[in-house]
Amino acid sequence: MSHSFDEISQQLKRRHRKSTRLKWITMGSLGLAGLFLVLFFADMLSKGLPAFQQAYIQTEISYTQEAETDGRRAFDEELLPLISRTAVRTIPLELRNNPDMIGTSKAEWVLANSDVDQYLKGHRHRLSDEEQEALDARVESGQVDLRFNTTFFGSGDSKIAENAGILSAVVGTIMTMIVTLAISFPIGVMTAIYLEEFAPDNRLTQIIEININNLAAIPSILFGLLGLAIFINFFGVPRSSPLVGGMTLALMTLPVIIISTRTALRSVPESIRHAGFGVGCSRWQVVRDHVLPLAMPGIMTGSIIGLAQAMGETAPLIIVGMVAFIPDVGVSFTNAATVMPAQIFTWAGEPEQAFVEKTAGGILVLLTILISLNAFAVVMRKKFERRW
Amino acid sequence: MNSHATVMNGQQTPAVGQPYTRNEAACHDLSFRVRDLNLWYGKNQALKNLNIDLFQKNVTALIGPSGCGKSTFLRCLNRMNDLIPSVRTEGLVEMDGLDVNAPKMDEVALRRRVGMVFQKPNPFPKSIFENIAYAPRMHDLVSRKAEQEELVEKALRDAGLWNEVKDKLHEPGTSLSGGQQQRLCIARAIAVQPDVILMDEPTSALDPISTATIEDLMDKLKEKFTIITVTHNMQQAARVADYTAFFHLGEIIEYNDTKVMFSTPAQKKTEDYISGRYG
Amino acid sequence: MQTNQLLLIFCSALLLLGLLAFFAGRSKATRLRSAGTAMFAQPDQYAWFTVLSTAGPAVVVSALGAFVLLLMGADIPTLYLLAASLVIAAIGLLVSLNQVKPDFHARQAIERVIRMTLAGAALISILTTFGILISIISEALRFFQMHSFWEFITGTTWNPGASFLASAGRGDGSGAEFGSVPLFAGTFMITAIAMLVAVPIGLLSAIYMSEFAPRKVRTVAKPVLEVLAGIPTVVYGFFAAITVAPIIVNIAGFLGLDASYNNALAPGIVMGIMIIPFISSLSDDVINSVPDSMRQGSLALGMTKGETIRDVVVPAAMPGIISASLLGMSRAMGETMIVVMAAGMRPNLTANPLEDMTTVTVRIVAALTGDQEFESAETLSAFALGLVLFVITLALNLVSVLMIRRFREKYRVNNL
Repeated sequence: MSHSFDEISQQLKRRHRKSTRLKWITMGSLGLAGLFLVLFFADMLSKGLPAFQQAYIQTEISYTQEAETDGRRAFDEELLPLISRTAVRTIPLELRNNPDMIGTSKAEWVLANSDVDQYLKGHRHRLSDEEQEALDARVESGQVDLRFNTTFFGSGDSKIAENAGILSAVVGTIMTMIVTLAISFPIGVMTAIYLEEFAPDNRLTQIIEININNLAAIPSILFGLLGLAIFINFFGVPRSSPLVGGMTLALMTLPVIIISTRTALRSVPESIRHAGFGVGCSRWQVVRDHVLPLAMPGIMTGSIIGLAQAMGETAPLIIVGMVAFIPDVGVSFTNAATVMPAQIFTWAGEPEQAFVEKTAGGILVLLTILISLNAFAVVMRKKFERRW
Repeated sequence: MNSHATVMNGQQTPAVGQPYTRNEAACHDLSFRVRDLNLWYGKNQALKNLNIDLFQKNVTALIGPSGCGKSTFLRCLNRMNDLIPSVRTEGLVEMDGLDVNAPKMDEVALRRRVGMVFQKPNPFPKSIFENIAYAPRMHDLVSRKAEQEELVEKALRDAGLWNEVKDKLHEPGTSLSGGQQQRLCIARAIAVQPDVILMDEPTSALDPISTATIEDLMDKLKEKFTIITVTHNMQQAARVADYTAFFHLGEIIEYNDTKVMFSTPAQKKTEDYISGRYG
Repeated sequence: MQTNQLLLIFCSALLLLGLLAFFAGRSKATRLRSAGTAMFAQPDQYAWFTVLSTAGPAVVVSALGAFVLLLMGADIPTLYLLAASLVIAAIGLLVSLNQVKPDFHARQAIERVIRMTLAGAALISILTTFGILISIISEALRFFQMHSFWEFITGTTWNPGASFLASAGRGDGSGAEFGSVPLFAGTFMITAIAMLVAVPIGLLSAIYMSEFAPRKVRTVAKPVLEVLAGIPTVVYGFFAAITVAPIIVNIAGFLGLDASYNNALAPGIVMGIMIIPFISSLSDDVINSVPDSMRQGSLALGMTKGETIRDVVVPAAMPGIISASLLGMSRAMGETMIVVMAAGMRPNLTANPLEDMTTVTVRIVAALTGDQEFESAETLSAFALGLVLFVITLALNLVSVLMIRRFREKYRVNNL
């Protein structure tokens, strides 16, 4: 009735092959997921890195009388199709402020327009053949150069591609995140403390718990609907402002902070609490003086992760109007503002080729911030991790 | 070691691996031959120079205080220790004249011939029928539905479970009581038609009535299978086993005919253990 | 006087009163104690108690007043309101100072307040849910007063085109049709594509990580995969629209097929990539919590590792895997940015993933970002769509929670 090892092994060959195949398939799947990640980052880097450079053209600016009314007169006729409109536009103002300059001239590097920029970077452009020739000649003589793009990091949005920057969005993000944290951190931590340390185990507590888990899984766009209907239409919070955006995002971040704070509180061993009660502390004193300090690293880690999540959120902000065109950097909670993801969204909708690069550049900035935040959270968790 | 020195109670030191006293009623065809078996968990040596011959169609009980290595030894016999990355073994474990640890030995084939029943019943999350029919089907022992049904019935009858479950073969195996689940696991092991069934404290998680049922079962099963069981319970060993091996701190202190061991042990340590002085 | 100035004065007055309360309370308590009376609490605790009872009622009254002012448009002059609050604060101060007696449990009183504050914070999460529900339902009801619910659920034409004319007083809006079937068809199509990408890759990766991978690979792979979940959706949207969609159009063209640049495949695939970590991470946890005794039981029967995984481990983990997939699905259905940027705007009832089609979330964004009157049927239709989306995702989440709970109870694992 029983079989010898040889007989069994014979039959097993096929089954072992299947088993090995499963191993390779699963490994391949993980590899595929990793490959997606690599391709994604490679794509973003190749599209976005050029945005950190910008074409400049060296030329002689002659501050003639005519240039005071028409900036174009200050430049070589042949150059006009190549340089940025913003460079031309500033000349009359400059002259009006410094009338002494009229009649002088000086050699300067001026901002090239986006077509020159894209041409130099080898992308789609709209330069005519003659313009390309003129440009090539200047490249040969070293009068055209790609330089670090200070505009991108130093100014706000613009409809002129070479003049558009991400600074107003960064400031808007910071303002919005201040509001978000100021609301969600205290409320989230207080909720978690209540649920973990004080709440009686009754129906209401259970409902709150189920509700928090559900809140974490509600599509973000629905929070936008809430922001629009309640914050803007009902309470009259100014539309497009960091205040309304931050409030909306705070509600989304709340469950993340509550859940991570509860985990952190739960990981403080019961013996610490008993020790506190043993020396006559009240429940609140135990929580305040013993449990909270020990749970703090965990709470901070969770909050940073929640913050990073909120920072990348776009959909609810679009609904509350935070996709505004903000050319000036403004530090205000109630004026219209935009945030980084919304800026990326706006740029992604621009048809011009130069904006593709801006979009990807903005994405790189955003991803760098998010990854640093998450890495910081991970390092903090590692550093303060405590085994009881 | 002086191979013919008198030990205790007039018994002689036997040849390497042999029991002190032979149980004349038992079968003595060799099932496993174990020589100089050593095993380490990382740096801790758990088994030290084990030598033992295990016989077919018997119940052999392995007893000893916790942590003495009896379960570890049991798991050497079907290479379940391979699943623990830190384990390292040396020495010979031979079945059918083949070293089970040899590189060309397929551990899956080995386990197919050396079945195992665990301390806690672990039925698969499938129906009772599937719990039993699954492995034989994979091993190509049966294929047609009728064959499967026949096999399932036979295995369940052998395990003494048929009458209790024949009307609910398609309910989940986890719906049974603990004792029934353990018999289901035994039926599952039998259905593969192995040569040896290893039992790792099969009754420790069960109530006394289920325990008695399973002990009866072991007695019946030894007609067809070699049964090697680990037990904490000395009475159980005394009741069911033909041979008993006493383990202490990773060594086999005494391997003997069960009746002799429990009445007139050959070693002082065995006597101390049996009379409850430690363990 | 300006409201801002008024507020400033109010705040500083309150602050002063609070300080006064603190020191008055403390000095009275210290005096009592130094007179040799045994007291229930520390002087500082009495001080805080007086502060709380001074500022607390005043703040509550002024907040309530402001609320009434804002909502009801009631005509209470701000000056009177704030003055009344200050009077209340002063009364609170006097009463509480009077309460500073040896036999008064100041600490317990403070802790009662703290406890209530904490409980109040916990209620905010409930309020949020109610807020979402109320805001969506009330606006959705207004929409259903204009257009029939039945037409919304079963209609196959979504054409809000003329409704803004109606709200502007021109035309009667009869040309507008709000049949949401094509939108939901688009949502389901893109969700299905995403799940076809995410479930196999996520599950198989989880199997590799929990069953085959060496420890080192696992500790690296898991957080790396989670990076995929941390990438903002707007970035995925850009990736789908700029990189993936053209590739699909090219491949389709190579195969002789005609694909739109707004095809459903690109957002679907990219959404699938985004969801991989949700599924792999939860499945990995679940597979890891399948008791080892299951694996050993199978291996001891002479099963290969692959058979053990396929026939024992995965079936045992199935409730958890389904739960993970449902969560992923709910995320895919509610996902907005990827489809807004990469999917089409045209409601299109088709089964061809190479065609452009629109989704529920795309239409919600479209309806709320145009220059529409808030009262127009198109704007309100966003809330009706949002309501259905809410119900569907809520149902998916609840089922998912139930499944994971069943798994947890079956194998008595607590870490999920």
